[in-house]
Amino acid sequence: MRRSSHLREPPAVKALLIVAALGYVALMLLLPLGAVLAQAFAAGAKAWFAAVTEPDARSAIRLTLLVAAIAVPLNMVFGIAAAWAIAKHDFRGKTLLVTLIELPFSVSPVVSGLVFVLLFGAQGWFGTWLQERDIEIIFALPGIVLATVFVTLPFVARQLIPLMVTQGRSDEEAALTLGASGWQMFWRVTLPNIRFGLLYGVLLCNARAMGEFGAVSVVSGHIRGETNTMPLHVEVLYNEYNFVAAFTVASLLALLALVTLTLKSALEWRHRDELAARF
Amino acid sequence: MVVPNVKAQRSSSPLPGLGLSLGITIFWLSFIVLIPLAAVFLKSWGGGWHAFLATAFSPRALASYRLTFGAALVAAAVNSVFGLLVAWVLVRYDFPGKRLFGALIDLPFALPTAVAGIALTALYADTGLIGRVLAPLGLPVAYKPAGVVVALVFIGLPFVVRTVEPVLAEASRETEEAALTLGASRWQTFARVIFPTIAPALATGFALAFARGAGEYGSVIFIAGNMPFKSEIAPLLIITQLEEYDYAGAASIATVMLIVSFAMLMVLNLLQHWQRRRSAA
Repeated sequence: MRRSSHLREPPAVKALLIVAALGYVALMLLLPLGAVLAQAFAAGAKAWFAAVTEPDARSAIRLTLLVAAIAVPLNMVFGIAAAWAIAKHDFRGKTLLVTLIELPFSVSPVVSGLVFVLLFGAQGWFGTWLQERDIEIIFALPGIVLATVFVTLPFVARQLIPLMVTQGRSDEEAALTLGASGWQMFWRVTLPNIRFGLLYGVLLCNARAMGEFGAVSVVSGHIRGETNTMPLHVEVLYNEYNFVAAFTVASLLALLALVTLTLKSALEWRHRDELAARF
Repeated sequence: MVVPNVKAQRSSSPLPGLGLSLGITIFWLSFIVLIPLAAVFLKSWGGGWHAFLATAFSPRALASYRLTFGAALVAAAVNSVFGLLVAWVLVRYDFPGKRLFGALIDLPFALPTAVAGIALTALYADTGLIGRVLAPLGLPVAYKPAGVVVALVFIGLPFVVRTVEPVLAEASRETEEAALTLGASRWQTFARVIFPTIAPALATGFALAFARGAGEYGSVIFIAGNMPFKSEIAPLLIITQLEEYDYAGAASIATVMLIVSFAMLMVLNLLQHWQRRRSAA
């Protein structure tokens, strides 16, 4: 591609645009991130450490990790299955199915939590039935997992579908012709082909699962030390005016975001071809 | 959210596993998303048409829609301007630290919304780093409707940047050159040649930012004052109704929000057709 000099803006305009873009991003994105870290360490490293290791914080960290450990693998299996069906086969209603898979992205997180309260809450459809059998879903772990699964459902699928469409079917067809069984073909050919795309999807899915606030807030009941995930614990501390502790737990979540961004960028730089469509 | 062109492959597939994979997909999608969403509609219609209208369009609900959708529109407009600027700089210019700058754009996707919420509140409160400057100018942000806009501007930026960026990168330089040869100034070239090429992508980014902003909860509730009729967003009103055990009321407002979500999905699909036609032309 030729780049003749009059196809560029005057140097002054170019410099101005770069400065404006950098300034805007610094003000709108970098400053809030810095504010979290500054507030978290405002009372010193000792206070930070104390707030992180305090029992309610530890229980929130445990719950967040547990919820992600259940929700992410479930949506990973779903994502692989959905991408296999959609990208490698022909059937009617495929476009509709793709739209429905992306539906959770367009639904407000609060509505995503509400749906499970309407089904399983004390006055919900199955509320009495569940109460008679002493099964707790809302204000307990199952509800938090369900809400998280709803919100993170599209992440892996939407990453894998365009990638597997681009890759086509020839590798798998060759494996079958050479006598591989269906599962052998999947483990030895398909999975290695999509591994970086899968990792990318899982990374984003995990970040959202650990950070989800709205949907989980509706179903959790905010029971300290029991049903508070890390984002909910941040809210509880903040509303108690315990700002140092709130920002301390928030700084852990900010760290998670930074690790996610770093890994995501590393994948994009090193394996761009194997990620194909990014959106 | 690019839906792949699934019509590309037409030959019937000899690959195994359609039954199993489609079975898992449809079961999981129905169990987690479709059946629960249907429950919202059924619950909101359960009390009859009049009850639905009375709760879904009560004065308090109407005020919350005005704020929610109004703030989302303003924020999406702000993000369209600055998202285009950021995408332009990312695609067309080289400068030190560009990779880091590019990676940082996705921060709002990765940062939990509650963290964004308390961080923005700390900055924009009257004693905060930015609030201290704005408040004496008569521009208080935190605990006001303006705070909602600030939170949604934070949340929405990557949607515009990431939709415009690839289209801008693929836009043909030859057309720009032709415009130049025909005597167009650089500004004219941008307005008449480049902008029409990226307009569908920009509109898609706007719609995505709007849709996300309208449903946003976590980053908003800390910085908004949450006063009924003044600074209360619709998702918060749903939670208030739930806490009062008014399930039908919560479901009615959720139904209105869901209808807007579905409408936005349709708009986005139309925009995608437009974009495909543009890039094919």
